[in-house]
Amino acid sequence: MSTTTELQKDAGTAGTSEETLLELKSMRVFYGAIEAIKGIDLTVRKGEIVALLGGNGAGKTTTLRTVSGMLQPRHGEVLLRGERIDGIKSHELVRFGIGHVPEGRRVFSTMTVRENLEMGAYRFSSVDMAEMDRVFTLFPRLAERRAQQAGTLSGGEQQMLAIGRALMGKPELLLLDEPSMGLAPLIVQQIFEIIEEINKQGTTVLLVEQNATQALGLANRGYVLETGEVAMSGPAADLLADNRIRAAYLGEGAA
Amino acid sequence: MSLQEFWDYLVLGVMLGSLYAVIAIGYTLVYGVLQLINFAHSEVFMLGAYGSLIVLQLVSPGDNPSALASIGFVALAMAGSALFGGVTAYGLEKVAYRPLRRRGAPRLIFLITAIGASFFLYNLAGKLFGRDPLPLPEMYDNHTVFSLFGAGVNITQMLQFATAVVMMVALDLLVTRTKLGKGIRAVAQDAEVAGLMGVDIDKVISRTFIIGGVLGGVAGFLFANLNQVSYTMGFIPGITAFAAAVVGGIGNIRGAMFGGILIGIVETMTVPLLGDEWRSVSAMVVLILVLMFRPMGILGERVGRAA
Repeated sequence: MSTTTELQKDAGTAGTSEETLLELKSMRVFYGAIEAIKGIDLTVRKGEIVALLGGNGAGKTTTLRTVSGMLQPRHGEVLLRGERIDGIKSHELVRFGIGHVPEGRRVFSTMTVRENLEMGAYRFSSVDMAEMDRVFTLFPRLAERRAQQAGTLSGGEQQMLAIGRALMGKPELLLLDEPSMGLAPLIVQQIFEIIEEINKQGTTVLLVEQNATQALGLANRGYVLETGEVAMSGPAADLLADNRIRAAYLGEGAA
Repeated sequence: MSLQEFWDYLVLGVMLGSLYAVIAIGYTLVYGVLQLINFAHSEVFMLGAYGSLIVLQLVSPGDNPSALASIGFVALAMAGSALFGGVTAYGLEKVAYRPLRRRGAPRLIFLITAIGASFFLYNLAGKLFGRDPLPLPEMYDNHTVFSLFGAGVNITQMLQFATAVVMMVALDLLVTRTKLGKGIRAVAQDAEVAGLMGVDIDKVISRTFIIGGVLGGVAGFLFANLNQVSYTMGFIPGITAFAAAVVGGIGNIRGAMFGGILIGIVETMTVPLLGDEWRSVSAMVVLILVLMFRPMGILGERVGRAA
């Protein structure tokens, strides 16, 4: 792609180390004969928040689903702490410390809030109550509604529950797919603050968002996907300042 | 119909219904995790009955066994039926359905496979065990134990009802309280997300079949104990229990229990009112009426609901 730019300065942001947690190497993913991801390279370092941006159909969700083993790449590699993890099924991958908050929240609607959180801890032989308390501290609303069925929660509460459920699996890497989707601005603000808090407490975050301004405001670095390829990447501040990004994703007319 | 007749038939209806309920659970559990109507479940029921027959022929209870020996024979027969039912259901999933799942086959293919598996199994049973109906060897001296609203209840009926109730309570606890139960409900609601939580979907589906198979197999024993064992015995109770599962709301476990009891009562009540030949007709009329007015079944709302 001719528009591909590298804004690769050193992202010397506080709180991140140079240790690579997740690495995608020329990863290509297909749906049948259709190539959805056309060979992308992407790195997430330990402690970072990395934003994955792009329009509809750019391949953001497909990338996350491939990282968490719901899809398998046809070519290329997925490495976690330098170890190949492609080819491993999602239910086994949770043990490697990957938590995935899927697009559209997808809470277990006929289970209670508490049962949903217990499901998040399914990989452990018993539910860690301290972890549940931590989730309830992060999301006091969930604590109030712990006995309520998840289907009766508001959209924002369901998003909180989906994040809390993923945290119960004690992930080192948290994949978040459009956590702001369909939520009121005030709730989106809350969710983003909580993501920041989760990151401060030591969880690395790979965040897929349509809401580019807010995502880049939070992230250390960002990648912009266009039709299955990385169109741009670099420190969040640089991407925010880039004219083309502003034109394409921040709704500003200037070209 | 006199009041006494009403009570007599009500007691009989609840007992028959408890059996339908246990079979219906097998349909509803599998539907929950696979969205598949497992038409071969009637053959799980039938082979469960043969399991108890084979065990009883091996131990051959003589005339007038002692009370303690009777309990032992019943337990062995039950274990035999549970084993046959569980293994059949496990095998069905492994051999017939799992390969289809791997290939992402369309729903219709699953359904046709289920019907094919049902044909295969009952013809196989006819070939292996002979085509004449056989009674189960007598395990105890059957007599009336007590009367309920003036209706006499004998050991066979008591055994049938008590076993059915114990199995239903155990299953309800398993689904609502245990980790496996939570896994089953999670897979029923959203298998993909359940996988993200670390639920091994294949394992959960396999165990769901085994649980349904054990229930269906034991129901086969209880049914045979009241009637006879034959290779075609699964068809009518299977279809009726399937109707019960749909009436209660397919996918809903308590719905299956409720639907089973309801159909059992309606069927049995039909006998004094319209005559024995109308039994199955009345069950299907209930099904049609429920589907007309509540297409999702009486307790509705499927998806992995325990309650």
